[in-house]
Order: sequence, then structure tokens, then C-alpha cells
Amino acid sequence: MISSKFDYVRPDSLDEAVRALASGGDDAKVIAGGQSLMPLLRMRLANPEKLVDLGGLGELRGVRDIGPAIEIGAMTTYYEAGRDYLIRQHCGLITQATATIADPAVRHRGTIGGGLAHADPAGDMPAVITALDATLVVRGPSGEREIKPADFFSDYLTTTLEPGEILTAVRVPKHDGWGYRYEKFNVTAQAWAIVGVAAVARRADGHVAEARVALTNMGSVPIRARAAEAAAAGAEASAAALAAAAAHADEGTSPPSDLRAAADYRRHLARVLTGRALAAAAGAS
Amino acid sequence: MTTETVANEVGKARRRKEDARLITGQTNWTDNITLPGMGYVAFARSPHAHARITSVDLSEAKAAPGVLAVFSGADVAAEQGGLPCAWPVTPDIVMPNHPPMAVDTVRYAGEIVAAVVARDRYAAADAVALIDVSYEPLEPVLDMEAALAEGSVKIHDAGNKSFTWPFANGDIDAAFRDAPIVLERTYRQQRLIPCAMEPRAVVCAPVGDEYTMWSSTQIPHVLRVMLALVTGIPEHNIRVIAPDVGGGFGSKLQVTAEEVLALLLARRLGRPVKWTESRSEGNVAVHHGRDQIQRIRIAADADGRLRGLDVDLLADMGAYLMLVTPGVPLLGAFMFNAIYKMDAYRFACTGVFTTKTPTDAYRGAGRPEATYAIEHIMDDLAAHLGVDPLELRMRNWIKHEEFPFTTIAGLTYDSGNYEAATEKARSLFHYDALRSEQAERAAAGATVRLGIGISTFTEMCGLAPSRILGSLAYAAGGWEHASIRMLPTGKVEVVTGSSAHGQGHETAWSQIVADELGVPFEDIKVLHGDTQVSHRGMDTYGSRSLVVGGTALVVACGKVREKARIIAAGMLEVAPEDLEWDAGRWSVRGDPDQGKAIGEIAFAAFAAHALPDGVEPSLDSDATYDPDNFSFPHGTHLCSVEVDTETGAVKIRSYVAVDDVGVVVNPLIVEGQVHGGIAQGIAQALYEEAAYDSSGNLVTATLADYLLPSAADLPTFTTERTTTPSTGNPLGVKGVGEAGTIASTPAVVNAIIDALRPFGIEDIPMPCTPERVWRAIEAARSARAEGAAQ
Amino acid sequence: MKVSVTVDGVRYEDDVEPRLLLVHYLRDQAGRTGTPIGCDTTNCGACTVLMNGMSVKSCSVLAVQADGAEITTIQGLANGELHPLQRAFHEEHALQCGYCTPGMIMAAADLLRDNPHPNEHEVREGLEGNLCRCTGYQNIVRAVLKAAGSAEVTT
Repeated sequence: MISSKFDYVRPDSLDEAVRALASGGDDAKVIAGGQSLMPLLRMRLANPEKLVDLGGLGELRGVRDIGPAIEIGAMTTYYEAGRDYLIRQHCGLITQATATIADPAVRHRGTIGGGLAHADPAGDMPAVITALDATLVVRGPSGEREIKPADFFSDYLTTTLEPGEILTAVRVPKHDGWGYRYEKFNVTAQAWAIVGVAAVARRADGHVAEARVALTNMGSVPIRARAAEAAAAGAEASAAALAAAAAHADEGTSPPSDLRAAADYRRHLARVLTGRALAAAAGAS
Repeated sequence: MTTETVANEVGKARRRKEDARLITGQTNWTDNITLPGMGYVAFARSPHAHARITSVDLSEAKAAPGVLAVFSGADVAAEQGGLPCAWPVTPDIVMPNHPPMAVDTVRYAGEIVAAVVARDRYAAADAVALIDVSYEPLEPVLDMEAALAEGSVKIHDAGNKSFTWPFANGDIDAAFRDAPIVLERTYRQQRLIPCAMEPRAVVCAPVGDEYTMWSSTQIPHVLRVMLALVTGIPEHNIRVIAPDVGGGFGSKLQVTAEEVLALLLARRLGRPVKWTESRSEGNVAVHHGRDQIQRIRIAADADGRLRGLDVDLLADMGAYLMLVTPGVPLLGAFMFNAIYKMDAYRFACTGVFTTKTPTDAYRGAGRPEATYAIEHIMDDLAAHLGVDPLELRMRNWIKHEEFPFTTIAGLTYDSGNYEAATEKARSLFHYDALRSEQAERAAAGATVRLGIGISTFTEMCGLAPSRILGSLAYAAGGWEHASIRMLPTGKVEVVTGSSAHGQGHETAWSQIVADELGVPFEDIKVLHGDTQVSHRGMDTYGSRSLVVGGTALVVACGKVREKARIIAAGMLEVAPEDLEWDAGRWSVRGDPDQGKAIGEIAFAAFAAHALPDGVEPSLDSDATYDPDNFSFPHGTHLCSVEVDTETGAVKIRSYVAVDDVGVVVNPLIVEGQVHGGIAQGIAQALYEEAAYDSSGNLVTATLADYLLPSAADLPTFTTERTTTPSTGNPLGVKGVGEAGTIASTPAVVNAIIDALRPFGIEDIPMPCTPERVWRAIEAARSARAEGAAQ
Repeated sequence: MKVSVTVDGVRYEDDVEPRLLLVHYLRDQAGRTGTPIGCDTTNCGACTVLMNGMSVKSCSVLAVQADGAEITTIQGLANGELHPLQRAFHEEHALQCGYCTPGMIMAAADLLRDNPHPNEHEVREGLEGNLCRCTGYQNIVRAVLKAAGSAEVTT
């Protein structure tokens, strides 16, 4: 199908992009890689009057080591992120998760920032950066601010980005020595995750010292499985113990019932997959 | 005076002639066609499943930039006629008028309500959005049983039941009376969307009162006839061309609203028009497949010998009867008994209207549905008896020595060898080893269970003997036509009435003719798809082209050889009886150096200087072949699956297919058809369903929601063959286009159920998604727990 | 908006609407009809081309986003001779109707650029963005593996 008409600008600088976006108000939308937006435009589910293309902003691409964290530019593609040495070394959950997103051609265009700002709870990146307790860096007309995931994702396809604000980077704390696993459950390889579990775990003495778990598609935003995290802390790093810890993984979630799955099945999957993800992250066989 | 052709080409794994243009992008898809002054068509479609149209306001659309014209149903009502149904299966069938564009009532979401013609496709899309249609919504009717119930909302004035078609042979009551075992089951064949990769497109160009139509169709000949009948435009003024067509699978076996409207719009505007479908449009607008509720009873002796089978189907027609809609379930009517012997068989099918997209042929058309039901219930019967399911099948199938065999459904299977195919499959599959592993896992209470699924199938294809079609009230015949043109330089043009859309006819027909005429493969060109070039044909569907079209080729080539014999005799100054044929040459028996190659004879016919008296200066011949019988490929497919009982996830671990398609012309093409067929059947088993919400909107309108498998989702198949030639045609071929799809769906579903029978599970409705599998396990566990508690 | 796009070695300059899809630009304006369209939602991959050497789904890129880019379509893959992938698809009967084939070959070309010696699993995963309804993929996988074995595999 064919999208509605829109105007299009491709700014050369971040400041210019912020201005273009702010002046468009509710009728302006950012386009980054376009892999989430293009289907919506073509199906006329999104009908912005102006697109602000960030493709010319080289300053938003690339990965840097900033000491305690890795800073990933928002316009870094999934392909680039998947190959990045720093990411693999210090927050390999992202390496693993990006490989599960869509397909190679989509990953050549789709960006880390785009996936996050799109805020589809069925997307993979929101849960991943939530589990990593990352910080989102945003630039707008009133300057730069930092937002934690729980304060960034507010609802289905909705973030707390103010008009004119652009996500510029994600700062991911280094997780050296932590195990990780993104467990994505879908019916076919192309399909969205019915449920996804992003888990990171730090081991000590054959036990899990600390774990963080965030869930994909268990609500309108990515959700931390805090009950499972609490139960996992101190648990033996074994499949059985971590399966038990995962028994309450769906606490605090409000999974949708849709074409793909009913809510009760999602709850069940969240529990089973959290156990598996924790076990993998904890290095349990 | 018999001549035998030497098979040099038939049987060879020839690479395809079609590939050259397809792998380099030098293709001729209908959407490629651009003509001067061409207008682009876009359709407005009903968002309601059932509604009265109260007003249509075209004014804003007409004023939009780039718009040439806009039409509502009222504007075309007088000339549009009704879309044809060529198969009124019963004399009292309810066959409501089906206008290409709705005038006062819409009966499915997606039905066309208006058309825009604009200067480019973007302007057309924008203008469609400006069309304002007001509806008075009516209640949708989405469930067949509800549709048939007293007091249901009527979709058509004559009611929601279209027909009931019965068949019976043998004393069914006696078969079931006192039968030691009677099983009764209800199975569901879900609704599918065929999803050929090329969305449909139509171009229609008027020149005076003559019309050329290019369409992404499987049926250029049938379409031409039907367009003439529907619109009243004289048949000889219509030319239909199927250029390159990107897949069909039955979905392009249709006379569509879009084609009729394109013709009418081209006539109205006096300019060429083009319409190209988008995928989301096609998912609602292309006819859907399958959609049956199957009630089936089987009666057997204590040793598992089948006594009788009783089948009662509800078949969802959708909102209207399209080209062969009511006949699709009937094609399965003769197949529920499958490869098995039994004393009695009864079948009844009721066609029911619902406010959904019309259904019609989709790969297998009635036979996958039948094979699924019988193979499923055979497994159920085996489980009930505690007998190995392969063993149960062996006890009941037609033995090799018994062919030709007339089944309880009245079909005569010419040849077959179920024993050989099954033995080969069993060995390739490591059947015994897998059964052992299955038992070990079950004993250990493993989370991941192993299941083995079996499908021993036959199918009836090579559609079809015309007199049988007539007896079933099908409006057309089942013959096929071939015409051989011998060019003066020795090259050959083969004109076929078949209409390939991926099947490789250009290659396979070249192989056949090369052997029949002793002409090099490269010197043969196959022409098809254009009614002006291929002037007779019944087109491609129902795995018919090789059996019927291929035989037409053989017959036509035989006539060419005989004409050549006469002329050669004249050239050699001998009697025709003194000549014998070998590899493209007529030569004197006993003196082979005295001979003429067919190319020389063709030139002699062209020059015509010294032909015998009364002999026409031409070798060209044609043949129209009407088969005497269907053809019956068969096979044994074995599938092993791993079922994760914690999540319900199903993974196919191995898949073995041994198919017998008779003589093989091109093994690459046969294998490719089997692979593709298996993939579609697996997809029905695991992934696909055309799902509707309670308002009657199709929620699986895009490929993001209607899941098709990619390479990452499918395993590598082991495919082998046995060869039991058909005795029904000179080539000995049986057809293969649909066999893989017919076999594979039950093989996969049977495997899943086989893995889960220890839990008390006997059926899981398709598609067997992880959720459905999990739910079945949970329900069975609860039932067991409750049972134990009592 | 003015765009300048190099397609299969030829530079095109045009004035286009921002919403014009790259695939429509290629087909309708640059006349490169070898690249087909199969869906609305970035699933089928029939429209796959190379953009600056990497595979993209041309239905999901705006023509204006391709300004200054180099596009290679199926029609630009061969260099006088067939590309090893084209030859392998032909030899292995990796196509039937041919509609998915341009995108499948371009995706495979990109796969081999990224991973010159994939195993079967990697080929299947690498082609997960390209749907085929005819072949069941088996011969496609064989063809890609065959082309990978070839000495001359470059995009």
C-alpha cells in the first residue's frame, strides 16, 4: 500500500534536527532506519505531515567506551551493534539480542535508537536495555537529559520524549563478568516475540549473586520481573533452582491477549522462559 | 507399424529454459507493463463484513489531483453482470448473483465498493481515501453452524445454505451395525490464504472494440471465455495473456472482480488501465482455501479391517460462490476412503455461506482435506486398537497385485505400489530406531517428547475426464490441447494450452517433444499463456498439465511423425510401410542409410516441390486429448517431531517423503514440486490461519500476521521416489503439483498427536501453534487429575 | 525533492515525492523492473537490493533516503557473465515461479559478503527475511552453499 503524503527534511546537525522536530509539533516524526516506521506509513497507520530524517547525523552513530559504561549512538544500526567489539565485551546481551531482530536486511537499516523510541513492547531492545539498567540520553529544545528505562517507556508505542526531543544515545553500564541470555519465543523466525526474556546474572560460589530480568511483550512497556530477580538472588546456579525462582516471573505484568497468544499462556511462558534464561545466564547446564 | 521413441530427454535432470530471464530480472510480470496513457486503478473496499450501502459520495475523489474517473456500483451496475460460478453442483444449488462491484449490499469485508482511475498509483491511492461510503451495518455471520441455525441472519435472500451434495456406495448401515469398533471424530480444516508471492495485477488495453488483457492468472483460456460471457463482449474481440506469473497454487484459478472491472473501465475510458494488488489487499480479496468442519465415523472389525466410513462436511463457501467454490469439497468426496478397502462409504457435504471472503481452489482443492481426515482417524483407530499405525494401514490398503482397483468411491486406481513406497520410507526414516527413542523418552517422563506421523496417501489428479466433470455438473471440460509447428529450418514450436506459473513446462515439454520427434532439446520453443498464440486450452490447475497436456503433446507428435512418414516415403521413393522411425529419422527398414531426418522432411514440406499427390505441404499437427480417467500418484510421508511439553513448541526433526508419480520427465522439477508442496502442508499444520475478529474483519491481513515459514523455519527433507507407471497415458506419468501438500499436513499433525497421546490427547486443531499444543497438554493433565481424584 | 541515485552503474537524477518508495522509484522511474514487490510489511524480501554494498528491502527505504547511494539490483549483479549465485540457482533448480528470486539472490549475495563460508544453518538463518512459496527453500539453500564453494564469490 501507499502512504499519505508528507514533507521531508534531512538535517545536517543535531541542533537542526531538534529545531525541525520541535517546529513540526505533533505532526512531525523522526525517521531513523525506517524499519518500524515504513510499514506503519505504508499501511496508513501513521500519517505524519513531516518526517525528520536523522540519517545524515553521523555524530549519532558509533560506540564508545566512556569508562564505567559503553555509549551507543542512537543511529547505530543493529548490524553495527551486533558486530561491535566493545558491546560484545562489556554488554554481550545486546550482541545476542540484536541477532534475533528481524533479518539481515532489516538490521542493516534498523537502529538501536529507532527501536527504543518506537517503544513497541513486542520489540526486543526495550527489554534488553531495561535488564541492563541502561540510561537513555535525550536532546531537546531545552537541552540534554538522562532518563532511566522505567521513566522512558510510558505506554504502548509511547515514550516520555517531549515534542522536539530526540534520543541520541544509550549508555549501558559495563557488565563484565556477568552472564547473559536473551530468550526469544516466537512461532516463526520472522514473527514478533510472543514473550521475550532478557536476563543478566552475576555468579559467586556456584550461586547467583545478583540478577536482572526484563520481559518483552508482557505489558504495554518492558517489565522488570522483580519477584523473579529477588528469588534468584542467592539461589543455586542450577536449572532446577532457577526454574523455581522464576515461578513468579509474571508478577506485576499485564500481558496482552492477541492473535499470537492469550494472556495466560504468556504468563506461563514468562515463567518457563525466565527460568531458562536465568539458567543460561548463570551458566547452569 | 508401431514407432517407439527413445527416451533420451525424458527422465533427464534438465536445467530449465525459464531460468534465464528469471535469474537476471528480465521478467515480464503484469505489473511491469506500462502503456501510453495508462490509468492506474485503485479499489475502495468495504470495511464491514455485512452492510447495506446507503450512500456513496465520490465528489472529493473526483476532484483530487491526477484523477481521471471514479465509479461506484451504481455507475457500473447495468454492464457488470455477475461473476461466474462454473460448478453448480446440485440442481437446486443456491447461487446468488455476485456483482464485481457491490451496489447495495456488501457481504464480506474487502468487497469492492468503488473504483478510482488516476494517472499514477500514488494519486489513485490518495483518491480512494477520499471516497465516502455510508453503510448501515448488518450482523455478520461468521460461524457455519450458526449460519445454518433457525433464525440466523440471512446473507442472501435464499438463505445461508447453498447446497447439500450426497454420495453413498455400499450398505453403510450394515457396515456400522454390530461393528466391533466405531470411532467418531470432528476435525477442523482451517481457512487458509494461498499467498502466492506475486500479488495479482491486471492490465487491460482497448483498441477500438477489441481488448487485450494481461493478467496474473493461471487460466487465460477460461478467463477469456468467461469475460465474454459475463460482459457480452464478443469472445473473438478479447485476447488474454498470462505473462510471467509468480505462483498460483489455485489462487489465480479464478475469474475475478478486478479483471472484469478492469475490462469495463478500459472500455468506458477508452484507455489502458492497470491494477496492481498490494499484499494486504490480496489477503482479503484473493479467494481463500479450505475451511471445513469434518464429522467422520469409521467402523472396523476387531482386527482393524475397515468396514465403513461415513463423512459429513460443512464447507464454508464465504459470501459468494466463485468459479469452482462449491466443487472443491466434492473433489475430496472420492478421496476420504483413500488407499483403503472397505465395504461401504457415505459422504455428504453442505456448502454454507458466511460473511467472509469466498473460498475456492487452493493447492489440493478438496483432497488435502480428505487425506487429513482419513489419515488422522486411521492413527486414532490404530491407537484405539493398540496396533502400530503403519501396520493398520497395511492391513487395509489396496495391495500391489490388486491394481487396477475400483474403490468404494467408484474411482478406478490404475496402478500403485503402497508397499514399496512405505518400505523405502520406513527404512530412510529409521522408523524402528525412532520408535525406540520415543518409548525411552516417554518412559523417562522427558519434557521434550518425540512423535512420529504417518501419511500414506493417494490423490486424484490429472483433472479430468470431461464426461465425469459433466456428470458432476462442472461447466467445462478437462481436455488439453497441443499444437506442433515444424519450422522450415528444423526448429519446432510447441503451442500448449497449459499455462505454467512456475512448473517448468517450457523445459519439460521440450524434453517430451525432443524424444517424440528426435529433435534437439535446444531447438524446441514452447509457447503458452496467450490466447492469440495458444488458441485452445483448459489451463493449469489440479496437477493436470503433464498428464493431460503432456499426452496431448505425445498425440500431436505422433501425427507429425505420420505426416513425415508419408512425405519421407515420397522423398525416398519407397512405400510408407517400408519405413521405420529411429531418433528423429524415417529410414528404410534393412537399409538405414536410406533415410530422411525430420528437419529435412520439414523443409521438403515447406518447399513442397515434390510432395506425393494429395499430401498437404505441412507437418504441423495438433491434438486435443481428453483423459479417460484421473491419475493417482501416491506416497508415504513420515515425519518426526519434538514437542517441548513446557512451552508447546514443535520442531520437525526429520521428514521423509517417498512419492510415486509414475514415470518422471524431469526429476529436478518433480523434486522441487515435492519440496514446495511439503512446505505448504507443514505451514498449514503449524502456522497458517486466516483469522477473523467478531466483527468479521480479517485480522491476518498482512504477512506480519499471516505467518509463512522462511528457510529458517523448515528442515531439510529427504525425498525419494518409487516408480509405478500410470497405465492411463502413453507417458506413464501421474502429476505431482499438489501431492506434497496433500501428504504433509496429516504427517505433521499425526506426529504431534503421536507424541502427546500418552497424555490422553487425541486431537489438536490446526494450526498446531505452541499455545494450542500447550493448552491441549494442560487440559489433558487437568482431566487426568480430575479423573484420578474421583 | 531532487535525488541522485546510481542504479546498476547508471546515475539517475530525478525529482520525486518524499513518500516515493525506493522500490517504486527503481521500477517505475528508473525502469528496473527486475526487482519486484511482494508485501506491505517488510516481510517477504522480494524487493531486496544492495544499497552501498549491503542488502536492504527497497520497499522500506524512501527514494529520498537513497540520495547519493549506489544501488545494485538483480539486473546489475552479473558482469557480462552470470554471477556464481545466478549460476548456482539455475543449476540447483532453486527457483520455480521466480518471483522471490531477485530478492533471494541479492540477500544471498549479501550473506556471502558477510560470511563467505556459511554452513546450512547459517544459510537458513541468513535468508529468514526472504519468503518463497514455491520451492520449500531446500534447493535455494543448496544453491547458496554451492556458490559459497565457488572461488569467485564476491558481490
